[in-house]
Amino acid sequence: MIELHGLTKRFGEKLAVDSLTFSVRPGMVTGFLGPNGAGKSTTMRLMLGLDRPTAGDVRIDGKHYQDLDEPLRYIGALLEAQARHPGRSAYNHLLCLAQSNRIPRARVAEVLDLVGLQAVAKKRTKGFSLGMGQRLGIAAALLGDPTILMFDEPVNGLDPEGIHWIRNLMKRLAAEGRTVFVSSHLMSEMALTADHLVVIGKGKLLADTTMAEFIRQNSRSFVRVRTPQPEQLRDALHGAGITAVTAADGSYEISGVTAARLGDLAAQHRIVLHELSPQQASLEEAFMQLTAETVEYHAHETPPPEPVAAEPVAEPAGAWGENWQQRGRGRSGEGG
Amino acid sequence: MAVVPAVLRSEWTKIRSVRSTVWTLSLAVLITVALGVLISALTNNNFSRMPASEQITFDATYTSFAGMSLGQLLMIVFGVLVVSNEYSTGMIRASLAAVPQRGTFLFSKIAVATLLAFVVGEITAFIAFFAGQASLGSHSAHISDPGVLRAVFGGGLYLTLISVFAMGCAAMLRSPLLSLAILMPFFFLISNILHAVSATRHVANYLPDQAGQKVMMVVTTGDSRPYGPWIGLLIMALWVIAALVGGYAVLKERDA
Ligand SMILES: Nc1ncnc2c1ncn2[C@@H]1O[C@H](COP(=O)(O)OP(=O)(O)OP(=O)(O)O)[C@@H](O)[C@H]1O
Ligand SMILES: [Mg+2]
Repeated sequence: MIELHGLTKRFGEKLAVDSLTFSVRPGMVTGFLGPNGAGKSTTMRLMLGLDRPTAGDVRIDGKHYQDLDEPLRYIGALLEAQARHPGRSAYNHLLCLAQSNRIPRARVAEVLDLVGLQAVAKKRTKGFSLGMGQRLGIAAALLGDPTILMFDEPVNGLDPEGIHWIRNLMKRLAAEGRTVFVSSHLMSEMALTADHLVVIGKGKLLADTTMAEFIRQNSRSFVRVRTPQPEQLRDALHGAGITAVTAADGSYEISGVTAARLGDLAAQHRIVLHELSPQQASLEEAFMQLTAETVEYHAHETPPPEPVAAEPVAEPAGAWGENWQQRGRGRSGEGG
Repeated sequence: MAVVPAVLRSEWTKIRSVRSTVWTLSLAVLITVALGVLISALTNNNFSRMPASEQITFDATYTSFAGMSLGQLLMIVFGVLVVSNEYSTGMIRASLAAVPQRGTFLFSKIAVATLLAFVVGEITAFIAFFAGQASLGSHSAHISDPGVLRAVFGGGLYLTLISVFAMGCAAMLRSPLLSLAILMPFFFLISNILHAVSATRHVANYLPDQAGQKVMMVVTTGDSRPYGPWIGLLIMALWVIAALVGGYAVLKERDA
């Protein structure tokens, strides 16, 4: 269990982490999402006591990181930046870390085997590819057989087989009752692995929710209807007790009703339809919408994501992001 | 708390598993000895042509240490690399995640590196002495002559301390290039220039290297340093402690 309380980090003028309060629970994979520069890596460095917080604190099973005896046995971390001497062999890199925490030497060979690096164990890591470096970092995280694991963008540089492997590894670790905290900027990646989600933007907490809840709230399907007779359509829908939302391009987005039913309705009222298409709002879109206002580094070529169901439709949960923030606060209130 | 012997063992693994350790230290021995032998042999050949005053105050031991001025630079490179490699490679993050007690981490590292520097320093000093005396022929000193053993053992201590001083500075500065760019010219040129100019000599006497070198002298006639060999080494040790305290203060507060 990792608990963050009002965690804040300022780099000069820049507020990288802004009073984050949430906890990461054992027995599940918690995804840590946010756009580039949101403060994910900084938060993780703060959790490991590498950066000094400006305010607030982090507790690992109730203790500050500095007070942990032999911390590699509690918490293993894969950091964003390479944390190894390129002139040292993979084996010696792991050996020196193991020795500092009195982890038996045999464990070094074990984790090298686990990540598939045994063949290059005695090679200096200078020539390692991005993926090999990532595997070595994962080996270091697993070294102390810790109950808490933290991975900062673990799939970075891994091939499809490696990605598949790390996904299963994270799930297996969580199934063993461990705490698994993993950062990413890909919602789709998280949808496959995470049980719980923490979303941040510009250092602030935006959502703290279960993955299932996030999907339920955000993968709502709707039917897009386009017609040259908008008035007649509105009347017909109104008469049938159906609510429609007007999209930016003038089409209608209707949820809770099948395309067949809408087609029948239009036919009854002799309304011409130019489009009648079932749509599924992707999780990626939902994530982009949630963080849209906090994205710092927009690519100039790409227009901002088209808002999906920007207005409340079936239920007044359009501002679900705020709801989740409140839940997050509520829980932290209980905790503190 | 982290277990100190475990951290020491870990730091020993780190130090022995990178090539820079081997090349800096072996070059330190090689250069100090070779240059010492060369200067000793040249002195032996030219001895009769030296002014009488110089012949009277001739210090055979100190002459065999002529290579120290270059050899010490390699000890400085060793000290700088041992510490600043952690920062330049990013290893510091893995190291501090494993040993978050930063004082334990830094001083274990420095303890292991110091012990190694001490062993290599003493080996260097003794080989330089015996090889140098062999080249000095009839002008050589004997290890049992008064003050000679102290000077030779002190020469090893001098090399150790200069290396530890570099470790402390590297812990403060973090960057290997910056550390070397400051320390190398300072100890190779600036300190010696300050000591050669009469206006600055009495201040330069208290610089770490100038103070520490007193211990290597057997004949001190005409030397401007107003203190004895052990006080000189103590002055150098105080500089080293100051550098270590500074290094620790920086590591303790800053982000890794
Ligand atoms: N050491 C530092 N000094 C100054 N600013 C920093 C430092 N580290 C991070 N920042 C700034 O803090 C903000 C958060 O950075 P961080 O690396 O934590 O983001 P991130 O969420 O991990 O991004 P990414 O997805 O790109 O990895 C950024 O604006 C970054 O420029
Ligand atoms: Mg990052």
